[in-house]
Order: sequence, then structure tokens, then C-alpha cells
Amino acid sequence: MTAAAATTIKARQRPGDRIFSSATVIAGSLILAVLAAVAIFLLVESLPAFVAAPSDFSGDVTNFWSYVGPLVFGTIYSAILALLMAVPVAIGIALFISHFAPRKLAQGLGYLVDLLAAVPSVVFGLWGIGVLAPLVQPFYSNLVDWFGWFTLLEGPVSGTGRTIFTVAIVLAVMILPIITAICREIFLQTPLLHQEAALALGATRWEMIKMAVLPFGLPGIISASMLGLGRALGETMAVAMVLSPSPQVIFQLITSQNSTTIAANIALNFPESHGVGVNILLATGLVLFVVTLLVNMLARVIINSRKAFSGAN
Amino acid sequence: MTSVTEASPLTNSLTAGKLPRRSPLWVLLASWAVSAAFFAMLFLSGAVDGFNVVGTIVLGTVLYCVAIYVLSRLVEGSRKAIDRLMTALVTAAFVIAMLPLVSIIYTTAVNGLPAFLTPTFFTESQRNVVGAGGGVLHAVMGTLLVTGVATLISVPIGLLASIYLVEYGRGKLAKAITFFVDVMTGIPSIVAGLFAFALFALLFNDPGVRFGFGGAIALSVLMIPVVVRSSEEMLKLVPNELREAAFALGVPKWLTILKVVLPTSIAGIVTGVMLSIARVIGETAPLLIIAGFTSSMNYDLFSERMMTLPVFVYTQYANQGADAQAYVDRAWAGALTLILIVMLLNGLARLIAHWFSPKLGR
Repeated sequence: MTAAAATTIKARQRPGDRIFSSATVIAGSLILAVLAAVAIFLLVESLPAFVAAPSDFSGDVTNFWSYVGPLVFGTIYSAILALLMAVPVAIGIALFISHFAPRKLAQGLGYLVDLLAAVPSVVFGLWGIGVLAPLVQPFYSNLVDWFGWFTLLEGPVSGTGRTIFTVAIVLAVMILPIITAICREIFLQTPLLHQEAALALGATRWEMIKMAVLPFGLPGIISASMLGLGRALGETMAVAMVLSPSPQVIFQLITSQNSTTIAANIALNFPESHGVGVNILLATGLVLFVVTLLVNMLARVIINSRKAFSGAN
Repeated sequence: MTSVTEASPLTNSLTAGKLPRRSPLWVLLASWAVSAAFFAMLFLSGAVDGFNVVGTIVLGTVLYCVAIYVLSRLVEGSRKAIDRLMTALVTAAFVIAMLPLVSIIYTTAVNGLPAFLTPTFFTESQRNVVGAGGGVLHAVMGTLLVTGVATLISVPIGLLASIYLVEYGRGKLAKAITFFVDVMTGIPSIVAGLFAFALFALLFNDPGVRFGFGGAIALSVLMIPVVVRSSEEMLKLVPNELREAAFALGVPKWLTILKVVLPTSIAGIVTGVMLSIARVIGETAPLLIIAGFTSSMNYDLFSERMMTLPVFVYTQYANQGADAQAYVDRAWAGALTLILIVMLLNGLARLIAHWFSPKLGR
């Protein structure tokens, strides 16, 4: 008996096994097919937009790229503003739940933050326009009075508070739960021995977090932020309802003229558009799809490159 | 010199140089009291109208951060002081996140209740309603139909795909599916709506296509990845010993999965499905695009526009009629209904997970 050990025993294939396993394969492949279909159908339907006549665009733009340019700017600008506000707070919340809150309370507090993710975006829109905008408008007036010399805070101040800064606050609240959830997972996975070693050397709790938890969690924080960025880029209703839009590139934060976002622009104009107008909006949707896809893929690659971070194992 | 130290004042070396145990609490209360006094003086002197509660708490909290840092630095040294400051900041971050949640629930309840409690709200549609009155029956019906069909489409596909990933999948296809499922969870909801629109506009050659089933397709695109992810996690939790025991008894693999693996993890899977329903039931943008809006009842998923609850909230707010207040009231009442549904689904899901989850060790 020499080389016989290498043979593997094949299980007998029953019809049930074949049917069941091929059903699962089909379902799995269907997901890939759907993603491809999203890209293909959007591309096919948006082709007419790239060759559309100048008269088909609203305003004084002449081709698709000059139409979508300010929208892309507004999308990225509002999302990054939201991210700047959300990430520090989210890290704080995640640390609070993972390392500061009493053990027994921690899980319940986690649920509370998750509840924020359950609020539908249209309710965020109502809240933003009905509660937040009137609340922050006086602050904006003061800001313009005191810091109007600073480019970003130049006047004239918006009388309604429906500015890109208000939108960014709403977006920040909306992406808080996802960033918090991922950061919390990762902070909880910090090796206990690292933490105990730091504490045993006499570190205070904050020094322990600075030395052991944050360096370990850094890639996770980065990818969580990117996932949050992806959410903020694609958020529609809250922006559509709160922002008073204008089709230009505008850096000022609190004036009544604001760059709008791709998603909000589609939601506001789609019900009334017809003909090539529909194709143009679909094409802007394709641009949004590509941007969010790239951001999400980058985030996932970062997460996957450090397997230890994924919650599954 | 080996002299024993003379009877020095007896100090406990473990607590020396430390603030008393409850001091953060007292410092916090004191700083709130100081800031309340400040705003009360502003109010009494007539400089501002009304006592500023928000300002009191914000200023008080900032005062607390400064006070605890200075106190701790004087008594305990700079390292401990920074630790106390960071503790305060981290706790503040959590409280800051809770403010919008409380504010949203409070305002929705207060603004929504008047219209929510009118007797016709759940028994009538908006057909021929101008001004106050009418109800959301058409929107609730549409939401139930569209979300129901989306669930019927997503759950089999999502569940089978997750079974493939956990039980069968090896090699490149499984890796690709895992990766793109993760990527798909990040697709903007409006893109899903545009996809459904592009698909059916091409299929039916109708550039103005609007119907409920399209909305269900759009929601499925958003829902499938969520179902796959959550079911996958749950299937992975089933101990391998159970599978091996079944195989050892000669049970075919597909029966092992159906009779052993799925029953063990069913509670978690149901929880995941309910959470995914809760996630898509509030989606507005895709339904606005492909299902459109109407003020009449429509029970037919395959023809004509179909109203859904989130779109109802949006259109009531965006297209206010002559009696604007009535429309705004209905928008808030719709929002209240929506929040109640979502919270109910979430709560039920957590309860199911809590009651029926298999007790693993510990």
C-alpha cells in the first residue's frame, strides 16, 4: 500500500442534494447579477444624457458634465462636513459604551444608539426643517455678525436656517449609528492582555485607551468613517427637504444659496421630469452609484485586510 | 539613620492625593447650579425673554469639564486630570447623540398626535380631500403591499445565498459574493429606485412607468444584502458538532441543513428579517421614483401609482394645499405612524432574539 491514501471519498449525490445546492448557488449568483444589472440598466438608460442638446438642461449649462459638476461638489461637500462632525462624536460614543459605561448598562445604551438608525430618513427631514433649522438660525446670525470676515461664514445669512450646514448636522446624526456600531465592535475586540498590560504599568484609563485601544482600532475607525461617508453621499430625503438649493459651487456654509446634492436633486425633479430630462437624472444617479461604490469598496478592502476586525470571527 | 518615622498624621496611602469618590457628581451639580443661576439672572434682569434650559445645560456641562480638570489637576496631577476630562467628554458625546433622538420622538409625538387621533385617519384615503380630514389608509395599504412583496422576494434569495456562503461556498464565487454583498449594503436607496425605474422603463418601453411592484423590486435590492448578512451570522453560530452528528447518522446534507441547521438558528434569522423590514419600510426615495404618489386607494401592485407611508409624509409636506396646517399635521401624523411601526418591528425583533435564541454555553 503506497499511494492509495491520497484518494478522497466522494459522498453519493442524491437528487435532493443536487437541487438544494444548485438553488443556493443560483441565489448567490443572483446577487452578483443584480449588482451588475443595476450598473448596466442605469448605464443604458443614461446614455442619451451624455449627448443631450444644451436646451435640454435647466439653467445655463450646456452639457452633462457641467450640469453634474456642482451636484457632485455639493454631494461630497455635505458628506464630508457631516463626517467631520460625526466621527469624533461616534468614537466618543463607542468608547463610552465599550469602556466607560457600567457593564450592565452598556448593551441597553447600545440599543438606544441603534434606535437612531431606525428613524426613517423622511422623519429626519421633517425634524430638520421643523425643529433644527429654526433652532440654529439665530446662531447663524450671530456667527455671520462675529466671524463674517471668514470666507466659509460669509453672509448674507439664511433667514430660514435651511443651509448646507444644517443639512450636514442632520446627515451627521443619521450616520452616527453606523460609525458607532462598527467602532464599538472593534474597540471591544482589543486584546484584553494589551489593556491589562497598560493598566498594570500604571496607565490611567484614558492613557490605556490611547496606548492600546485606539492604535488597535485605527483601521476600523477609518473604514467605519468611509462606510458613514457612503451613507451620507447617498442620503436623499433629509437633504431634499431641508436644503434650499442652487445649481452652483458654493463653499459658504450658512447663506441661503447652497450647492445641492445628486440624490436630493433627483428626488426633487424626478416626479415632474420627462423625455431626456429623465435620462439626465438617471445619469446623475449613475455618477452617484459609481462614487458610492468606489467609497464602499475601498472601505471593505480596508476592513477585510485586517480580518480580525470583522464581527463574524 | 534607621529611625522610625514619628507618629505622622495617619493617612491612607491608597486614597491620599485623590478627589473624594462622589466628587464628579457634586461638581457636575454645582456647575449646573451656577449656570442656572447665571441664566436666571439674565432672565430676571430682562436681558432675554424666557429661561434658557438648553443654554443652562450646555454651559453647565462646559463649566463641569473645566472645573473637574482644574480640581483634579490641583489634587491628583495632570495625568489623572486628563483622564477625568476625557471621561467627561466621552460621556458628553453619548448624551449629545441622545438629544436628537429624544427631540425627534418628542416633536413627532406632539405634532403628530392631533391628526393621528382623528377617527378617519386609519379608515379613509386622501381621495377628494382638500384641507383637513381624510386619512392614510391608502398609504398604509400600499406600504404593507410593497414591503410584503419585497420581503417575499428577498427572504428566499437572501436565505439561500447565506446558506450557500456558510454551507457550500468555497473559492472565488463565495469570496466575490461576500464582498459584493457588503458593498451592496452601501448602495444609496435612490439608486435602487432608479434601477427599478430603468429596468421597467426598458421592459415596458414606457418612459413614465409607475407601479407598486417596481417599488417592491427596488426595496428588495436594498433588503437582500441585509438579510444575507444577518442570516449568515446566525448560520455561522450553529455548532459544527450538530452538523457532524447528523452526517454521522447518514442524513443527507440538504436534510441536515433543513432539519438541523435552520431550526437551530431560526430565531436569529427571523430577527434579522424583521430588522431588515424595519430598515426598508421607511425608505422614501426609491418609492417616490418608481411607485409614485396618489391620493386614492390602489390594491393592484401591477398597475397605476401606489401611495406608501413615507412618500405620504413627504408629499403632504412638500405639496401643501390651501390649508397648510392640515397638511403639515398629516405629515407629522404619518411620521408618527411610521416611527411606531419601525419601533414595534425593532422591539419585536429584539424580543424574539431574546426569548428564542439558543442558549450557547456561558
